[in-house]
Amino acid sequence: MIELKDLHKAFGTVKAVDGVSFTARDGEITGLLGPNGAGKTTTLRMLYTLMKPDAGRVLVDGIDAARDPVSVRRRLGVLPDARGLYKRLTARENIAYFGRLQGLDEAALRARSDALIAALDMADIADRRTEGFSQGQRVKTAIARALVHDPRNIILDEPTNGLDVMATRAMRAFLRRLRDEGRCVLFSSHIMQEVAALCDRIVVIAHGRVVADGSADALRAQTGEANLEDAFVKIIGSGEGLAA
Amino acid sequence: MKPAWIVMLKEVRENLRDRRTVLNTLITGPLMAPLIFVLVFNTVVARELAKAEQPLPLPVVGAERAPNLIASLRAMGAVIEPGPADPERAVREQDADLVLRIPASYAESWRKGEPAQVELVYDASQRETRGPVERLQKMLELYGQRTAALRLVARGIAPTVTHPVVVAERDQSTPQSRAGILFAMLPYFFVLGAFIGGMALAIDTTAGERERQSLEPLLANPAPRWQILAGKLGATSAFATVTVLLSILAFAVAGHLLPTEKIGMALELGPRFTATTLLAMLPLVLLLAALQTLVSAFAKSHREAQTYLSLLMIVPALPSILLSILPVKAQAWMYAIPVVGQNLAITRLMRGDGVAAPALAACIAGSAVAAAIAIAVTARIYRSERLAVSA
Repeated sequence: MIELKDLHKAFGTVKAVDGVSFTARDGEITGLLGPNGAGKTTTLRMLYTLMKPDAGRVLVDGIDAARDPVSVRRRLGVLPDARGLYKRLTARENIAYFGRLQGLDEAALRARSDALIAALDMADIADRRTEGFSQGQRVKTAIARALVHDPRNIILDEPTNGLDVMATRAMRAFLRRLRDEGRCVLFSSHIMQEVAALCDRIVVIAHGRVVADGSADALRAQTGEANLEDAFVKIIGSGEGLAA
Repeated sequence: MKPAWIVMLKEVRENLRDRRTVLNTLITGPLMAPLIFVLVFNTVVARELAKAEQPLPLPVVGAERAPNLIASLRAMGAVIEPGPADPERAVREQDADLVLRIPASYAESWRKGEPAQVELVYDASQRETRGPVERLQKMLELYGQRTAALRLVARGIAPTVTHPVVVAERDQSTPQSRAGILFAMLPYFFVLGAFIGGMALAIDTTAGERERQSLEPLLANPAPRWQILAGKLGATSAFATVTVLLSILAFAVAGHLLPTEKIGMALELGPRFTATTLLAMLPLVLLLAALQTLVSAFAKSHREAQTYLSLLMIVPALPSILLSILPVKAQAWMYAIPVVGQNLAITRLMRGDGVAAPALAACIAGSAVAAAIAIAVTARIYRSERLAVSA
């Protein structure tokens, strides 16, 4: 379970995140929805302890990220916006590197790698060097290495960015599977349809603030719009609309 | 396994797969300098030796005017050739290295017992004629001295009268120390080896990692950042150390290939030299690795880091160049200055003088302190938020 409590982060005079609070529960897919520049990536970066919040708290499974960032990182599987691979290593070696850094022993590493390679349907590329991988193959490898230590909480920053339709569908199926295993899945997106198709719970961010938090039905009810996309536009739309 | 160790192994393995890095750091870097050295040295020595031993071709104008002189020159190894019609022009146009002209007045002056003049026509700006000219001057001087001695004896005077002072030279140099002059640039090659050897990895593990967007996921792992930095510095230092070791070994081999003994020098880079040099270089390798990583951490891209590091490369070269130009008497405190200390120590080792334990300790300690500071500063940069976030 991931809890964010009144997070603030400013870069100079720009308030990138200005009081974000929400909870992502186990066994649920939580979508962080917002337009470009809304503060999604900064929020997630504070969550996986890459950045320190100016104010507010992050709790992962009840552990305070400010107090014990190493334990928090051990409990998180993170697919950041930046997902570069080591191109002179094979996919399997890329996965193994992160597995060892997570403290897995060689037997566990082998078992987890094989399981992930099978689950992500990447057996044919597992022992190839990642140089020249397609976008989809790169994302699969990046996800496998993020999940190699079998984390309870999974954070993905725009996971379907740059994927084609088939790869996107496979990704959605994979995220559902993670949820069904009882994990806490939190992902960010600026694409309405994607969030609607996948999420049990939607947190909408605009201008560094949470402007809506609930299920798709709740959002529709809140805005009085039957169409979720209209609801989304209404929620993030104008400043006056937000205040009401 | 410790995270630092995991990071180090991965960086070493990944970079060993990069053909360009391997070629630059493990082959071109350490082997190029000794190779060039051997080639140049062999050519120069071979040419000098050939010139000294071979007969000296000597065009002479008016040889018939001084048969005794000519006979004596022949005896000393000159091959007398007929001189050109215009000696000055022949020398200017490099048709001849030098021409000896015996004027018509020679015989007349000789008979009267006056100084008999011979003319040596040459061009001092032509470097390669210097050897033959000096040889001929020596021959002429010797002939003059012999004749003078005979004349004195004929008059009943001991020839020693004309030598009121005799200089006996006591050269304190050894074959090794004479080589030291020639190999003054050697420490520079080792320092350069350390720099070049670490450069590719310092860039790849920091600026490169950021450019290919793999730094952020890496830092999302539970490994503490100082451990990640330690692993990267370890890999960079390992490559640099191997490069230095290969440089030393290459020069040791080169020392055997060079005909140094023919010119009265010796370049002995034995196991003792190798071990001591490596010991003195180790803290410097760490210092350079930390500095390179620090500079790379500020660069946004691979290319930018390369530009910065090329500029940084001048810094370790400066003391070596200065010391090879300005022969400074080494003061004890100088050993504590990074690069300068290594230079002094390696030069002394090469001369076969050996380095006193306190000097070596100062050299190692001085560089180690500097390395510790550089690592601490780099670690600070590594902790900053700015580092991970790709621009």
